Amino acid sequence: MPAKPIDPKKRPMPKQEPFERIRNFDEVALGYTLDLAHEEASRCLACKKPRCVEGCPVGIDIPAFIQCMLEADFSGGIKKIKEKNALAAVCGRVCPQEEQCEKVCVLGNKHEPIAIGRLERFLADWEAASGAIEKPDIGPPNGRRVAIVGSGPAGITVASDLALLGYDVTIFEALHEAGGVLTYGIPEFRLPKAVVRREVEYVKSLGVKLHLDFIVGKTRTVDAFQKEYDAIFIGAGAGLPWFMEIPGENLNGVFSANEYLTRCNLMKGFLFPAYNTPLKRASHVAVFGGGNVAMDAARTALRLGADEVHIVYRRSRSELPARLEEVENAEEEGVIFDYLTLPTKLIGNERGWLTEIECLRMELGEPDESGRRRPVPVKGSEFLMKVDAAVCAIGNSPNPLIAMTTPGLSVGKKGNVVADEETGQTSRERVWAGGDVVTGAATVISAMGAARKAARSIHETLSK
Amino acid sequence: MYRIVERRMIVPNLHEFTVEAPQVTMAVRPGNFVILRADETGERVPLSVADWDPEAGTVTSVFLQVGGSTAKLARLKAGDSIPTYAGPLGKEAEISNFGTVLCIGGCYGIGSIYPVARALHEAGNTVYTLLEGRSRYLLYWQEKFRPISTRVIELTRDGSAGYKGHISRLPEILTLEKIKPDRIIVNGCTFLMMRTSGVTRELGVKTIVNMNPIMIDGTGMCGVCRLTVAGKTKFACVDGPDFDGHEVDWEEFLKRRETYNVEEVQPLRRSGCASHY
Ligand SMILES: Cc1cc2nc3c(=O)[nH]c(=O)nc-3n(C[C@H](O)[C@H](O)[C@H](O)COP(=O)(O)OP(=O)(O)OC[C@H]3O[C@@H](n4cnc5c(N)ncnc54)[C@H](O)[C@@H]3O)c2cc1C
Ligand SMILES: Cc1cc2nc3c(=O)[nH]c(=O)nc-3n(C[C@H](O)[C@H](O)[C@H](O)COP(=O)(O)OP(=O)(O)OC[C@H]3O[C@@H](n4cnc5c(N)ncnc54)[C@H](O)[C@@H]3O)c2cc1C
Ligand code: SF4
Ligand code: SF4
Ligand code: FES
Repeated sequence: MPAKPIDPKKRPMPKQEPFERIRNFDEVALGYTLDLAHEEASRCLACKKPRCVEGCPVGIDIPAFIQCMLEADFSGGIKKIKEKNALAAVCGRVCPQEEQCEKVCVLGNKHEPIAIGRLERFLADWEAASGAIEKPDIGPPNGRRVAIVGSGPAGITVASDLALLGYDVTIFEALHEAGGVLTYGIPEFRLPKAVVRREVEYVKSLGVKLHLDFIVGKTRTVDAFQKEYDAIFIGAGAGLPWFMEIPGENLNGVFSANEYLTRCNLMKGFLFPAYNTPLKRASHVAVFGGGNVAMDAARTALRLGADEVHIVYRRSRSELPARLEEVENAEEEGVIFDYLTLPTKLIGNERGWLTEIECLRMELGEPDESGRRRPVPVKGSEFLMKVDAAVCAIGNSPNPLIAMTTPGLSVGKKGNVVADEETGQTSRERVWAGGDVVTGAATVISAMGAARKAARSIHETLSK
Repeated sequence: MYRIVERRMIVPNLHEFTVEAPQVTMAVRPGNFVILRADETGERVPLSVADWDPEAGTVTSVFLQVGGSTAKLARLKAGDSIPTYAGPLGKEAEISNFGTVLCIGGCYGIGSIYPVARALHEAGNTVYTLLEGRSRYLLYWQEKFRPISTRVIELTRDGSAGYKGHISRLPEILTLEKIKPDRIIVNGCTFLMMRTSGVTRELGVKTIVNMNPIMIDGTGMCGVCRLTVAGKTKFACVDGPDFDGHEVDWEEFLKRRETYNVEEVQPLRRSGCASHY
């Protein structure tokens, strides 16, 4: 059989035009059409030893679902994905594919890899549009009760895995809406909240109970739960925002990314005054950091009507930790990137409002522990930047509420709960943990991977 | 949904507000607060817990109608429901036997300091209560404080009840009443807490204040509630809301409270109180 000719380029993603999209909060990437999806799927070489599968943290059988697509068997395709991933519509949109499945796709050696994430999204959206959401068989009730702390990707994954095995599962969520960072952090224009709500409804349809407004550690403690539940899973995320610890950070106009994004997403500040949570409309905004959170904050600022938005990042473009696609989107939308720049001081007026930022230029020196070249300040390079808002997006660590109220729970230096990498077991009996609360801020799919392992370990332990 | 058991105006603009929330009564302690939303499009509003009834599973707060959200709350009737009622939040007030404690409440703080005073009384302290307001008709709950206080003292700006004047008269009042407090606790508007901390610094009496910055989540996630205490940034919702009033950076705190003034207060100010902060 003659080798199939290689089609070197990915099908581009249809998107809203930059000039248009910076004036609305609608999703930027519109999704593949049927034709584009088929063309892209046809590029796959259906490798005998598919490297892409190894690149996916939950091991989706990628060539199999792509094969289904080529045969126009979309329901077969989504079924294949759902064997491993209950949040396909989310992961297809937000996974850092260029670091995972697509990074190792053989096509990527010489050409562009298959757009695996986009195909995954296509199938998930197709299923939602078809209205016929397939539900796997639910095992007979086994009478065992499991409490889950947090309704982010980790909590949702453990809940659905255990519900399918017949467990009586209840999720406890501190906020008034479920979804974790998917709901309060990642903006509507990148991950529509309707998609997240659909996933939450799906988990509820498996019989999982959801208690909102319930702060574990405050409303009830993990200790109290231990009397009522056979197992507890902590998926509380990494919600505590870091600040830079430079002068002026408590000036008005200085926000943590969590505040900025929560006001906009969870509290629908962009619909003020229809929704009551107000949001400052600044004209010159600086965002500190270079990850997904920084890109989201910068692009949100543009959509709220800022004239100029800067990403202030102390390293260079190649070190940006954000998903490449979002960096490109931000560039197209006109976000200005100030690389090798370090904010050192925030300056305000007499009424306590931010007016200027003092910054230093940096240059790249020797590699540091992370293997990236360490930025070092250039002497005498101070300069001022006029702004009326600054958003700090330099990282988060786990919230101490649970650790503080759970004696005997081992906690690491940055407040992260210590859990076995393979099982998610913590230092407390019958208490498991996974996701950002263990690793610190990471990714949706890695939180789900850890959650899956914990669900398996909970099942093994409780079936003994 | 959480059912409203009662909402009634107890003095002009101040409402007593009781909600059915058994999950909160199981864990609540003096000094805690709750976060609620008045309706599905509402912002998250923090209110201190002023009392609770574990048997009925109800929680009571006292709120001052200031802006949009509290105006919505003021329109609720018994039997209505609200979509969000989360708590208890914040650290509990420090309760132990300090000796003699003076509890000062003004505005909604008369309500929120009540469970603190009661717990201090039960812990064996000699408790004095001082109620502060512009005029006699703004003071309330005297009958609740009497059984747990050695004396209930009143201070009104117009002199219509008790002492006449401002909290700046505190040192003089303490002398006249022969009270030597080992600790002072103040709840209420920012100015009352700030001024009290100012005069007690000279008296050298440890003074605990119950801070009320702008909040969103109340769980340490957003950082909007941050303030500077003893030179360090703290999150009021998880590190407080009680702090040592002599260590708070009041100037910064007042400025941060004004962040959304343009958006919220100007168009809506209804409170008869010139400076509800
Ligand atoms: C702005 C932003 C953009 C991001 N973009 C991407 C991206 O593009 N791609 C990607 O892969 N990852 C991205 N991430 C990271 C990703 O969202 C997280 O790694 C992931 O959500 C972690 O999942 P989790 O379930 O561990 O925690 P979370 O999603 O944080 O969920 C934890 C939940 O627990 C709740 N909770 C916390 N404490 C308690 C308590 N005491 N009681 C009850 N409930 C509690 C919280 O309210 C929250 O709902 C982004 C993160 C942010 C903030
Ligand atoms: C821990 C804590 C406990 C509180 N306890 C009580 C209480 O028991 N009774 C009571 O009447 N009030 C209490 N407050 C204050 C109360 O939350 C605000 O008055 C309320 O949110 C104002 O909402 P609004 O929409 O009616 O007014 P807005 O129009 O939002 O604002 C009116 C004024 O209140 C300030 N403000 C706005 N939002 C907040 C906020 N979330 N927190 C504090 N101030 C704000 C504004 O700067 C403005 O000066 C407490 C606040 C905190 C943080
Ligand atoms: S879940 Fe993420 S890593 Fe796995 S195949 Fe889908 S996009 Fe790739
Ligand atoms: S490695 Fe790439 S080409 Fe090979 S099966 Fe996976 S997606 Fe297809
Ligand atoms: S209210 Fe968000 S951190 Fe305190």
